[in-house]
Amino acid sequence: MTAATADEGGAPFDAAIALVLTVFGALGALIVAALTKDPGFRVHAMIFTGAFTLASFALTAGLSSGGFKPDTSKYMDGVIKAGVIASMFWGVVGMLVGLTLASQLAWPNLFYFPDFGFLNFGRIRPLHTSAVIFAFGGNVLISTSFYVVQRTCKARLAGGLAPWFVFWGYQLFIILAATGYLMGITQSKEYAEPEWYVDLWLTIVWVAYLLVFLGTIWKRKEPHIYVANWFYLAFIVTIAVLHLVNNAALPVSFLSAKSYSAYSGVQDALIQWWYGHNAVGFFLTAGFLAIMYYFIPKRVERPVYSYRLSIVHFWALIFIYIWAGPHHLHYTALPQWAQTLGMTFSIMLWMPSWGGMINGVMTLSGAWDKLRTDPVVRMLVVSLAFYGMSTFEGPVMSVRTVNALSHYTDWGIGHVHSGSLGWVGYVSFGALYCMTPWLWRRERLYSDRLVEWHFWISTTGILLYISAMWVSGIMEGLMWREYTPEGFLAYSFVQTVEAKHVAYMVRALGGAMYLTGTVIMAYNLWRTIRGDVRQGETGVISVKPVPLGPALPAPMAAE
Amino acid sequence: MSGPREKDEVSGVETTGHEWDGIRELDNPLPRWWVWLFYACIAFAVVYWVLMPAWPGVHGYTHGILHNSARATVAEDLRALAAQRGAEGAKLKSASLEQIEADPKLQAYALAQGQSIFGDNCATCHGQGGTGGKGYPNLRDDVWLWGGKLEDIQHTITVGVRSGDPDARMSQMPAFGRDGMLPATQIDDLTEYVVALSHRKADAGSVARAAPIFQAQCSACHGPEGKGNQAFGAPNLTDADWLYGSDRTSIHDQIWNGRGGVMPAWGHRFDAATIKALAVYIHVKSGGGQ
Repeated sequence: MTAATADEGGAPFDAAIALVLTVFGALGALIVAALTKDPGFRVHAMIFTGAFTLASFALTAGLSSGGFKPDTSKYMDGVIKAGVIASMFWGVVGMLVGLTLASQLAWPNLFYFPDFGFLNFGRIRPLHTSAVIFAFGGNVLISTSFYVVQRTCKARLAGGLAPWFVFWGYQLFIILAATGYLMGITQSKEYAEPEWYVDLWLTIVWVAYLLVFLGTIWKRKEPHIYVANWFYLAFIVTIAVLHLVNNAALPVSFLSAKSYSAYSGVQDALIQWWYGHNAVGFFLTAGFLAIMYYFIPKRVERPVYSYRLSIVHFWALIFIYIWAGPHHLHYTALPQWAQTLGMTFSIMLWMPSWGGMINGVMTLSGAWDKLRTDPVVRMLVVSLAFYGMSTFEGPVMSVRTVNALSHYTDWGIGHVHSGSLGWVGYVSFGALYCMTPWLWRRERLYSDRLVEWHFWISTTGILLYISAMWVSGIMEGLMWREYTPEGFLAYSFVQTVEAKHVAYMVRALGGAMYLTGTVIMAYNLWRTIRGDVRQGETGVISVKPVPLGPALPAPMAAE
Repeated sequence: MSGPREKDEVSGVETTGHEWDGIRELDNPLPRWWVWLFYACIAFAVVYWVLMPAWPGVHGYTHGILHNSARATVAEDLRALAAQRGAEGAKLKSASLEQIEADPKLQAYALAQGQSIFGDNCATCHGQGGTGGKGYPNLRDDVWLWGGKLEDIQHTITVGVRSGDPDARMSQMPAFGRDGMLPATQIDDLTEYVVALSHRKADAGSVARAAPIFQAQCSACHGPEGKGNQAFGAPNLTDADWLYGSDRTSIHDQIWNGRGGVMPAWGHRFDAATIKALAVYIHVKSGGGQ
């Protein structure tokens, strides 16, 4: 033990325990790396070894310098700052991979390296989906949840160093998943590609996340739990359940990356899409609704529109969402009755989804002028518009006869992206624009004009993207089902691909614009973190200082 | 912080009296239109459950009063398709290839089916228009490796080329250079000889030196005059049609490596009537020569 005295809390003690665990972890991973015959698995064992070794160095340095003493008068903001930076980084990376894929679909020879199979379309497609959903979205969710739960509970994050473990453990999960895809390590389940050992690692990280979150709520100094925290909790708990059930698998050996799913055939498909749809429902909807419920009322300084609506739509949403998965398997080997249930629950889900949109948009009543004056508010509100649009489009597409046309076409891609670019992306950007000056104690963003540029470039990009996908999706759906008078298919598959070329170019352009907006944001936030203010901007939106801790008032604003 | 219920000045609505980090909540009722649309969606779902297969039980599931079945619908759709295809669909099964081409109505039907099948199965290699590419034969001209008569085409489609099928069209040009069967200088001479065969200017010395080699090594398949032989799929070397390219480098490559393409045996995938339709389609599109 170091010089830490006992009355200064348990943090140095838990750091010492963590140090022992990381040293054992590094040794264990090194032994696995030496014994395995599976080259991909060896690379991952080496990554584990490296990560544990770095962690043990950091812990040793921290312990010997007398660090890790929590200042309980302050909120734990360092881990949130790291999350903001990680969100920006992974956002740009994930969207860049997406733009590469969109360009390859329009111009197939672009970035095509026959000698480097690991860069093939099939390898980097899951890299894109995982990077934007889990790396970008996940970091936004973890960092905003840590921010919101502390402020709305008036309590410092629970668990000593555990929040840092959640952050770095999650980044390790991202690295393992991404490198695994490139090496061809996958269990071929959409949004659940990582293999058994990466799933186990994520389980440990996720349980720690749940405990940190619950522990903070447990020691809250407010009598009630704020609605945003219900949504965060629903997201964390349900994702844990989905992850554990869908990833149940038996490894071929404990020295091999390969495993076999516990399910087979149509049962496997149903469990996969129960997981897949609720990953959308609880990761990309419930989690980001939590962000909305804090950042919109906070930014516009108006009360939440309706407490009753928030209760009713919360329970309706989480009860109904969990049934909707089978709509991904219409007209398949899945029994028709299960398809019926998936479809009807999706239709019943329409209003519970819209409850969040109504509550968010109506919170602006009395502050509508902020839509004009504050581009961050506009971004948050437009995210709700896209949320409303895609949560209406979803139930429509779940109707079996509509799905007969839309399934397997680009319409699905357009639907996903109106939700992800419009809703998830914009509500995240809004939260990042709010949080960055708050966390780094800046009076304003580096530039509000750049937020305007970000907003308009990205919005145009989204509209180009989803319009192109509607056109190409409905067109190819109609071409696939077109018969000649003699009773034969009128178009070959290649002809439908050829017909989509223009739409694919427009989609790539839309994606390029969206990425441009994100890069502008990353630059703006970076300059804000550095404390710069862009010269010559008039009508500056100042940011109200936020309290530094449960026991501390907000610092005085410099006039 | 839980406090007294106070009135929000802007909206005139009471708050719930709670506050978190400065955020309060209004006590607005649920929007009526929201509630009624929610009820309407639930009513729709209930009606749908009554009509259609919906809830599982211990033994089977509720079939719904419409007794709708996706399986029955598919069978019905297939019957409707057969009806749309009409008498020609049945006739195609029994008609001979010549009968198909002689009957304009039946031929039109076979062409419609052939085009549809060609686009999703053959176009990958032979191109949408059937004009082929380097290594993939052009089907729109009257040059044929394995014969251009209706029966030849039908047989090639059925068994494939080097497909692994026991009856496949089979031949293999040796890799004269790669396998060291001929010295490099002789392959250079043979290249000139093949260029000369197709009536182009070539080095006379090389051609003279290569003549006996050609007769010894190549004529068994390509014929003494290089006109090819469809029994072995050996191309005619005297015309302007080249599967792997006509320039000297391409010809040299081919003698060196002896490449031969693979075509699947479609008899394993398609029924006889479909293959007949394809044969007629390809035959007609190529100009219908004998």
